[in-house]
Amino acid sequence: MALHRVKIFSLFERFWHWSQMLLIVVLLITGFGLHGFHDLLSFEQAVTLHTGAALALLVIWAFGTFWLFTTRNWRHFIPTASGMWNVLRYYSFGIFKGERHPYRKAYWRKHNPLQALAYTMLKLVLFPAIWISGLAYLFYFAWRDIPDAAAWLEGVALIHTAAAFAILTFIFIHVYMLTTGHSFRDHVMPMVTGFDEVDLTPEEEAYLRKDEPEQIR
Amino acid sequence: MRGRIHRASLRLPHWARAQSSADLQNRSRLPRRPRLAMPSLVVCLLSLLAVTPSAVLPDASGWPTPPASEAPKPQVSGPLRGGTADHTKFDELRGPFASGPEVTEACLGCHTETGKHFMENIHWTWSYEHPETGQQLGKKYLINNFCTNARGNEGMCAQCHAGYGWKDESFDFTDETKIDCLVCHETTGTYYKIPNSEGSPACSVMFEGKPPIDLAAVAKSVDLPQRANCGSCHFKGGGGDNVKHGDLSTALIEPPRTLDVHMGVDGLNFACTACHVTNKHIWAGSRYNVVSKDTEGTGLPGQRTDVATCESCHGLAPHPVDSLAAFKLNDHVQSVACQTCHIPELARGGVATIVDWDWRTAGKTRDGEGYHEEGYIQGNGKHRYTYKSIKGDFTYDENIVPEYGWFDGQMVYTTIDTRFDPNAESIEINGFSGSREDERSRIWPFKRMHTWQPYDKGHGTLVYTHLWGEDEAAYWGNYDMAAAIEKGMADFGLDYSGEYGFIETISWWPITHMVAPKEQALGCGDCHRPRDSRLAEVKGIYLPGRDRNVWLDNLGTILVFGTLAGILIHAGIRFFSPKGGHH
Repeated sequence: MALHRVKIFSLFERFWHWSQMLLIVVLLITGFGLHGFHDLLSFEQAVTLHTGAALALLVIWAFGTFWLFTTRNWRHFIPTASGMWNVLRYYSFGIFKGERHPYRKAYWRKHNPLQALAYTMLKLVLFPAIWISGLAYLFYFAWRDIPDAAAWLEGVALIHTAAAFAILTFIFIHVYMLTTGHSFRDHVMPMVTGFDEVDLTPEEEAYLRKDEPEQIR
Repeated sequence: MRGRIHRASLRLPHWARAQSSADLQNRSRLPRRPRLAMPSLVVCLLSLLAVTPSAVLPDASGWPTPPASEAPKPQVSGPLRGGTADHTKFDELRGPFASGPEVTEACLGCHTETGKHFMENIHWTWSYEHPETGQQLGKKYLINNFCTNARGNEGMCAQCHAGYGWKDESFDFTDETKIDCLVCHETTGTYYKIPNSEGSPACSVMFEGKPPIDLAAVAKSVDLPQRANCGSCHFKGGGGDNVKHGDLSTALIEPPRTLDVHMGVDGLNFACTACHVTNKHIWAGSRYNVVSKDTEGTGLPGQRTDVATCESCHGLAPHPVDSLAAFKLNDHVQSVACQTCHIPELARGGVATIVDWDWRTAGKTRDGEGYHEEGYIQGNGKHRYTYKSIKGDFTYDENIVPEYGWFDGQMVYTTIDTRFDPNAESIEINGFSGSREDERSRIWPFKRMHTWQPYDKGHGTLVYTHLWGEDEAAYWGNYDMAAAIEKGMADFGLDYSGEYGFIETISWWPITHMVAPKEQALGCGDCHRPRDSRLAEVKGIYLPGRDRNVWLDNLGTILVFGTLAGILIHAGIRFFSPKGGHH
């Protein structure tokens, strides 16, 4: 096992990440504006931006989900308890003592167990909650004539708003985490260049060197 | 989607489009910007400079100004255009005529079926039995909270009956010659009506010294009704200009487009009957039985001539779908009446409406004579009476933000027969029903009218007050409310306890006229806002932007700021611990 600089984020994945980031920021700003928290935009402008950004994000998610499954990248997100304790211990204590982050990226495990769990929950719970409730919200007038539609809409709005608070919270933690371990820059650059330090087995290294030399430096 | 856009562009009926296409032709006569071709760029730039900006650009309001020399356009009355007869050439109308009924006989000589048709309509019968509630409605029977009741006061009030001479119960509703054709069809502006009975000398003095009417000239002038014809009564309901409705005033006789986008003389110039389409002298549109939600739209060609809804011309997807917002606006049609956004304020155009009337103060006299006081100057500079001995105190208002509520089109009236709790704080003259759950209901704008008016304190009913008459009980001239009510009730055999008081009454007036141009329509944020929402009082809905779950918002805020605090603490410990992970 040895550390190598390996491309772990493909061009599509990076595009996906950063366009998603941009759209989510737009959605959060416009969404909390629609909710009445600020007046930076008129309601009409906010609705237009919010709806447009949401539809664009749905398209990207559709492609992202397709990509995850066709490339088998979904396996990075399978939750695992192995190593979880060490990571939790590190963020709670080790980090204050100047310890090194206990996790080494592997070729088929580019996220630490805590990350994998967090991203899995994001993809399986928070994102579906917000887009399903959001679509129901957007197309309210298609189902307004069912009994108690107004009460259902309130429930939909409740889920949508709760998910928005949770996603905002995720973003704060997500960005803060970039400052831990290595430098902030070291954490951001892999999502820009695609390359990060990965612990490769000799077999993985040999495979990459021979068959996919552009993926390893 | 394509079909929708296509339809939106075709939404005006053909008779209205004819005028629009004339406007387009006017516009096409304006100098055009020359097409830029590379070799002649300099020439083109020079020619652009030669064209004055005012000729290229529309005026400040964005509406092309018609040439000053153009003759005034005729009002658009509906499908009937390009008349086949010139009434000035008719021997039958040469006159002279001694009276209105003589003119009517001349009219009926050619229009043989019109008398029968006309006698079916509400302008003649003043009577309407509601098909759903079964209530006997109509001006003949109802009590309102302005001058209270026409019944028993026909000598005065039936000036606005489209007939001649209704002053008491003896009026013959089967006599076709008593139909007043002229009040609706004459176009000289010299025709007028006076009360059908003399009334008290204190009142009749107001109607003396009017110039005689040249009935032959008036008869020859007949045409389809103009706004001024309908307005001679409908603009003055309740005893004065815009007193009653709030959205119908003399400002609509020659309105600018900014006051009413349909009736504007510099716009479509619609007469009332362009929307209130008429078939056999029956008009589309009813205040007793309102179509609050039209689900049929324009219908097939030639159909939908029996409704006066916005949708009957504009269709069910009235906003051209050129943006996400327009898509959402078309959704709103299901819940929100067009009027709610497109009539941002009522009593616009400089004419105020009465919003509060206090009969308790009526009857004050000076030296035994009734008097009146001016106390309000309205937008157009005219002074309005704020006190009259015959009526009490009035409060005026204009440019009023309407009240909003779910409305299914049904008004339930408190009639002379309705018994209510005599100790009730207030009663609704015409309560309206509707809710979010009712599929016929939409959110409508209303004018709210508040009045203190006399009632039967012993029985808990409204009363007919005898206001107009030559006798000593008539309130107008004698100022004795007890005697006026006593007679008003006795004349119709109604049970009266003998004890009257004053009760607060509310009446609701659905607002549908004075439709503003689209640039003045309400924006999304006028309703979707946490504070001062136009729909702040509307129940039964979750309105994004207005509504929130306080618990969720508090929890969410705590979560977000708690996380930020946790991050700060975590970062702080890292920063200050000797071997912390900071760099």
